[in-house]
Amino acid sequence: MYKIYINGISSVSPQSEDIFENDFPQTYNENILPARNVDYKALIKPMMLRRMSKAVKMGLYCSKKALQEAGVIKPGAILLGTGQGCMQDTEKFMSNMLENEEGLLSPTSFIQSTHNTVAGQIALDLKCKGHNMTFTQNSASFETALLDAILLFGDREIQEILVGGVDETSREFTGFQRLDGQIKEKYIQNLDLFASGTTGTIISESAAFFSLSSESNASTYAELKDVQIINRVEKSELNSKIEEFLFRNKMVPSQIDVVILGKNGDSRFDHYYEDLQQGLFSKKCQVGFKHLVGDNNSISSYACWLASKILKEKKIPKIFKLNTINCNTPRNILIYNQYLGRNHGLILLKSH
Amino acid sequence: MSDLHTELKKSIIEQLNLEDMEVSEIENDEHLFGDGLGLDSIDALELIVLLEKDYGIKLTDPNQGKEIFNSINTMVDFIEKNRTR
Amino acid sequence: MRGVAVTGMGLVSAIGNNIGETHDSLKSGKDGISSPEILKTNLQELPVGEIKLSNSQISDILKLPECHSFTRAALLGILAIKELLSNSGYSKFPEDTGFISGTSIGGSDKTEEHFYDYKDHPEYRKYIQAQHPGFTTGKIAEYYDLKGVVTTISTACSSSANAIMMGARMIESGKLKRVIVGGSDCLTRFTLNGFNSLKILSNEKSKAFDKNRNGLNLGEAGAYIMLEAEELIRDKRVLGRILGYGNANDAFHQTASSENGEGAYLAISQALNKAKLSAREIDFINAHGTGTRNNDLSESVALKRIFGDDIPDFSSTKAFTGHTLGAAGAVEAIFSLLAIQNSELYPNLNFNSEMLETELTPISQFQKKEINTVLSNSFGFGGNCTSLIFQKDV
Repeated sequence: MYKIYINGISSVSPQSEDIFENDFPQTYNENILPARNVDYKALIKPMMLRRMSKAVKMGLYCSKKALQEAGVIKPGAILLGTGQGCMQDTEKFMSNMLENEEGLLSPTSFIQSTHNTVAGQIALDLKCKGHNMTFTQNSASFETALLDAILLFGDREIQEILVGGVDETSREFTGFQRLDGQIKEKYIQNLDLFASGTTGTIISESAAFFSLSSESNASTYAELKDVQIINRVEKSELNSKIEEFLFRNKMVPSQIDVVILGKNGDSRFDHYYEDLQQGLFSKKCQVGFKHLVGDNNSISSYACWLASKILKEKKIPKIFKLNTINCNTPRNILIYNQYLGRNHGLILLKSH
Repeated sequence: MSDLHTELKKSIIEQLNLEDMEVSEIENDEHLFGDGLGLDSIDALELIVLLEKDYGIKLTDPNQGKEIFNSINTMVDFIEKNRTR
Repeated sequence: MRGVAVTGMGLVSAIGNNIGETHDSLKSGKDGISSPEILKTNLQELPVGEIKLSNSQISDILKLPECHSFTRAALLGILAIKELLSNSGYSKFPEDTGFISGTSIGGSDKTEEHFYDYKDHPEYRKYIQAQHPGFTTGKIAEYYDLKGVVTTISTACSSSANAIMMGARMIESGKLKRVIVGGSDCLTRFTLNGFNSLKILSNEKSKAFDKNRNGLNLGEAGAYIMLEAEELIRDKRVLGRILGYGNANDAFHQTASSENGEGAYLAISQALNKAKLSAREIDFINAHGTGTRNNDLSESVALKRIFGDDIPDFSSTKAFTGHTLGAAGAVEAIFSLLAIQNSELYPNLNFNSEMLETELTPISQFQKKEINTVLSNSFGFGGNCTSLIFQKDV
C-alpha cells in the first residue's frame, strides 16, 4: 500500500488565493471570467514571459509556487490536464492563416499552440527531464492527470510528481461557446449562478497545481486516495457508480464528510448534482465553487485546491457552502464533476 | 542612427514581443543572439519572416541568418543592399 | 509470459485502408505520398501522406446519418477501430473496455473550415466543441458505446505512443482489463501551414537519415491496437507483447531536439529498463526519423549513445505514410508488430547517403529476417520523447 501526499498547492483563478482568509468574493457580470492578475514577473524571466499565453503563464507560476511550498526543486514527473490547451496561440495562428490565405506566417504562435506547450515550458524552466504528459479529455483532463500520477507512484520509482490543471479563454474560440449555448445567453452575476434556472454556464480561465509526494512533510495538506473517470453515466446509475468507487477504497457514502460538487447552473445537467444533494449526500456538508470561479475543462483542479485547503485548515468559508450542514473536522472529501453530461470525474481526498 | 535603424528596432520589439523594451535600450552593435539581447532560434525564424514581410527579402537558406542577424548594424546593412520594398 | 498482450489492431493511412493493404504496400515499397487533393490548401507544392477518401466517402462506408458531427480524425479513428473489432474476436466491445486516444490536432479541421461561418450559420455550430481533442475521442467512444474510462493524450507527435504506454500501465496495475489504445490525426491547413512556417517541410518526398534530407512530409492516419489482461486471452491469437516503455523530456527547446539527443536517450533507456533487456537484445528499431535535419541527427546521436557501434537494423517508415503526427506512435506500433509477426524489415525509403556526422545506414530494401524484439521511437514538440518495446509472443 502506498500513500500519496499533497504537499504544495497553488491556484490562479477569478478569485484571490486568499479567499479563505478574506471571505470577500470577486463578482463578475459578463459570463466570461478572467483569471486575476498575479505578479508573473516575480517567478518567470521576462525573455520567457514575452511569448507566453495566459495558460502557460498561469501554469508555470502555479507550478513554481506549489513546488516551492513543498520544498521540491525538480519533480520526477510533470502531468497536466487541459481541455482546450493553448487556445490563444491556436486562435492567433489560425486567424492569421485564414486572413493571409496561407501566405507568409509567423511561427511563434504555432509553436506555442500544441496542447502540451504548458507542460513542455514547465519542463524547460525547471530543466526537468522526467515523464511529461498532457491529458485533454474535456472535464476529465485533470482527473486523468491524477490517474497517471497514481499509476506512476505505483511503480515506486518516482517520489515527487507535479500535477496540475489549466485552461484559458480566448476571444474568438470562447466567443463561439456563446454561440452554441455553452455560455448563458443572458448576462448574470456569478454569485447568482445557481439560481439562474437557464441553460449554459459561465466560463472562466484558471490553473491549479499540486506537488505530490510519496512522503509527507510539514507542509502536507491532504492525502490523494483515488480518482475515477467515467465517460457517460445515466442519471439512475450515478449513485451506484459512486458507491462502487468508494467501495473500492473500503468506504461507504456515509463516511464522506464533505462533498464538493461541480454544479454550474446549467439547468440541463445540474440534476446530476441535485440528485446527490437531495439523495446520497443530503445529510452531508455540500460545497460548490463554480459560482466563484466559473467553469472550464480543468476547473476540477480548483476543487482539488479547495479540498486540500479545507482538509488542512479544517474550515469551510461560508461563501462555498451549498447547504447549512456543517462539518468541523473534515476527514474524507469527495469531489464530483462533469460537463454537459459527459466526462464525469470523482476524486477522493483524505485528511492527513 | 538612420531612420532604418529606428524602424527596425521598433519592428523587432513588436514582432518579438519584447514588451518592456524601448528603442533606446537596443544598441546598434549589440549582439542580438546569445549574450546581448538574448534572442533564440524561434526569434530567428520570426526575423526571417520580418525580412520578407517588411522588406521583400526572401532568405532561401535559414542558416544565412546567423551572420545577417548578428546586430542591428549588420541587419541594416543587409536590408539596404537587398531590399525590394 | 511477460509484457502486455496485444489482441487486435486496425489501421487506415495513406498506404492502405486496412492492415492487409498496408502490409502489401510495406512489402512492395509503395509509398502513399502525393499532392494534397482532399485537403483544400494553397500549399500544393508540399507532398503529403493523404488518405484518398473524402469525409463523405468514409461516412458512407460507416453508414453514418447525413447530418452527423464527426470530425475527420473521428472518422479515421472509427474506421480503424472497425477493423480492430473485426479481428478482436468480439462482435461488440464489452462494457468494461477502456479507450485512450492520442491526437495533436483533434477536430481543428472543422474549426478552420467553419471559423467564419459560426456567427451567421447556426447549422455549423455543432462543430464548435470539436475544437478541443476530447470531443473527437468522445465521438469515437460514443460510436462504439464505450462509456467507462475514455481519455485523450495530446503531446504532439508522441501522443499515441503515450496512449499505448498508459494503456499498458493501466492493464499492469489492474485498473483496466481491456483497453483500446492508439490515435488519429488528419491533415489540416493549420498543421501544414504551421510546420511550413517552421521551415521543416520538404517539397520532395522525405528522406530520413539521409545527408541531404531537407524536411518532413505530413500525413494522416487512424491507428489502434487492443490490449488485454492475461486472464482474458484464453485461446486468442496474441499479436505481440508490449514489454517496455519510457517517456522523458528533452527540456532543451520548445520544438528542436538537443544535440546529444538527451530526451531520446532517456526514453529509450527507460524502455529497456522496464523491459529488463539489454541494448543487444533489440533486433530492430522503428525510428522516429522524420527527415528533418534536426530530429534525425539528434535521434542518431541518441542511438549511438545507447547502442555504441552495435546499432541494430533500423528504419523510419515515415516515407511511406508521411508523418502522421499524433497517430504516428500507433501507426508505427502496428508496423513493429507486423515486422515481428511476419519476420520482415520494412525499408527506409528514399535513402541514398549516410549523414556525415554519424555514418549510420538504415535498411533501405525490404528483407525477410527473424525479428523478436522491436524498439519504436516517437518524439514530439515540447521535448516529449517516448519509446516502446514490442516482443513476439511465445
